[in-house]
Amino acid sequence: MSNELKVPTMAELFAEGKQPEVLFWVGCAGSFDDRAKKITKAFVKILNKANVSFAVLGTEESCTGDPAKRAGNEFLFQMQAVTNIEVMNAYEVKKVVTACPHCFNTIKNEYPGLGGNYEVVHHTQFLKDLLSEGRITMEGGQYKGKRITFHDPCYLGRANGVYEAPRDLIRKLDAELVEMKNCKKKGLCCGAGGAQMFKEPENGNKDVNVERTEQALGTKPEIIAAGCPFCNTMMTDGVKSKEKEGEVEVLDIAELIANAEDL
Amino acid sequence: MDYLPNIIFLLVLVAGIGFFAKNVKALSRNIKLGKDVDVSDNKPQRWKNMARIALGQTKMVVRPVAGILHIVVYVGFIIINIEVLEIILDGLLGTHRIFAPLGVVYDVLIGSFEILAFLVIVSVVIFWVRRNVIKIQRFLKPEMKGWPKKDGNLILYIEFVLMTLFLTMNAADFQLQTIDALHYVKAGSFPVSQFIAPIFSGMSEASLIVVERSAWWLHIIGILLFLNYLYYSKHLHILLAFPNTYYGKVKPKGQLDNLEAVTAEVKMMMDPDVDPFAAPAEGADEAAEPDKFGASDVTDLNWVQLLNSYTCTECGRCTSECPANQTGKLLSPRKIMMDTRDRLQEVGNNIDKNKGEFVADGKQLLGDYITEEELWACTSCNACTEACPVSIDPLSIIMDMRRYLVMEQSAAPSDLNNMMGNIENNGAPWPFNQMDRLNWKNES
Ligand code: SF4
Ligand code: SF4
Repeated sequence: MSNELKVPTMAELFAEGKQPEVLFWVGCAGSFDDRAKKITKAFVKILNKANVSFAVLGTEESCTGDPAKRAGNEFLFQMQAVTNIEVMNAYEVKKVVTACPHCFNTIKNEYPGLGGNYEVVHHTQFLKDLLSEGRITMEGGQYKGKRITFHDPCYLGRANGVYEAPRDLIRKLDAELVEMKNCKKKGLCCGAGGAQMFKEPENGNKDVNVERTEQALGTKPEIIAAGCPFCNTMMTDGVKSKEKEGEVEVLDIAELIANAEDL
Repeated sequence: MDYLPNIIFLLVLVAGIGFFAKNVKALSRNIKLGKDVDVSDNKPQRWKNMARIALGQTKMVVRPVAGILHIVVYVGFIIINIEVLEIILDGLLGTHRIFAPLGVVYDVLIGSFEILAFLVIVSVVIFWVRRNVIKIQRFLKPEMKGWPKKDGNLILYIEFVLMTLFLTMNAADFQLQTIDALHYVKAGSFPVSQFIAPIFSGMSEASLIVVERSAWWLHIIGILLFLNYLYYSKHLHILLAFPNTYYGKVKPKGQLDNLEAVTAEVKMMMDPDVDPFAAPAEGADEAAEPDKFGASDVTDLNWVQLLNSYTCTECGRCTSECPANQTGKLLSPRKIMMDTRDRLQEVGNNIDKNKGEFVADGKQLLGDYITEEELWACTSCNACTEACPVSIDPLSIIMDMRRYLVMEQSAAPSDLNNMMGNIENNGAPWPFNQMDRLNWKNES
């Protein structure tokens, strides 16, 4: 196991006169949240292993503005968007990959109207492409035969219709994919979207993430797979509130693959 | 004197359609109170959506029981219109079963109408039981008390009565045909009403004619009343589902619009070449600057959102999928739509009462109908828009009202204000320094 991550920045490559194949948009959670940083690193390990030419913006990256927009602050959102677009356009970015469905949705759908036109893919789509191009190979490894359920992130699934890429990857691990009562189009939110992540929930009978975790646990999984750093946090908290953290792990698809490949 | 029935019929028909036209005018006036929005894009996709969702009822069968029953009633409704056409022609011309010369085709037509009428009766009974006996969760939410509940049942009674009248009319006609009554041509086949006919056996020809004529008149008057009832009812969806699915969102569900007025200001603020104190260029579009960001009342919404509110059938599929509602929070996307419609109706009535001018009534959609607590509970997950069988977008209204709260009133919950402050200062929703954004690279 090597801990040496190769993470070039756009600025570095630009200075060398190079242009990477893809910009890895890390996102705020992926940059600062302790749990999400592990997802970021797992994804980078896979990129390194597959020799993908990529770069990050590093300190030149800023929040996409998604939580501000969903909270109703269109001004702040557009300020963020325009700043980010200026940076990306200056580097002549063509393709963006991100492990955060909120960044994915915003850059893909809301940036074009403000002058930011890129091909944007979610990391599960990117990984699936690497796999079908033979740039990575995958074996079940430690997940062979394990019961894994996948929680559809709203901003990947319903918002953008991506349901199969993460599922294909789970199947490739030779794992047993079990579906929850609410999945795909009918998936239940983890409770974090629409800026809910950053505030106390309104009064109700229970929190959304607990309801969703109950659905997930209903499939008797060994692993709950997620494709979003916010879903990951919400499901992890849910599992803790049910005192199941000893039995059930919450892992991002990138982590599953990195672990299976012993990266 | 022979023409008296024809004349009465004409008057009834003109009155029925006249009132309906008046209602349609009021409806379209109210919808046009909304802001303009460009929906001229993506025409092929829009036609496809209308064909699939409204005509093809694809979203209905997501819930198979309700879906199939609904399709029966829907097909019944459409096909019976052919029968209504015959009734209207007969009524105007004084003929009887004017389509009878179609022969076998006619027999098949009448036979299938009867079977459909019967199936509609069965479906309506099951619908009634579902609403009133089985107590399905989504029909019991607070917003369904009072008129919405009555409206739902009333429509079932009307359909039941209309179908029963249709079958009674045919049964009496069937008897009249067997006794060779004058004017009653031998035509049609009666797979269902033949079982009702025995009730009338032994009646005199005169009484049979009374039964047949009464059923005939009540049937057509009932239909005209139903047409005029629509305006006051969630059953407006039988008409509006078509335009509504056509104008429904064709962009990815996750894509929210970028407010243009904001874009203009942001561009100004970011562009160092712009002189902020310069007078607006000659002919600059002053209308681009809205009087208000976001929405606090129905007139701040766009007309598609208002059309949405009139189209809502109050089925509650949105609410039953809403994660906030499922976990006991106040938010119900159905209520958002019903509130919007109720307020719009109130504004419309106000304008009518005051000779075409809206007189401030000290009320608005935000606060008087929809509370902040409801708005802040939304996770923007799009479960409601996915579930809606007629392409309604409650989320867009929620978002527009949040925009008003934040940009006009600075009334976000304090946690959200912190989050926004952090984004503004550090470029992240948390209080971390932007310069530390790549630290993860070297942490083990
Ligand atoms: S988008 Fe909002 S209103 Fe619609 S289902 Fe999700 S939480 Fe409920
Ligand atoms: S918005 Fe759609 S799903 Fe919700 S109650 Fe109205 S018609 Fe039904």
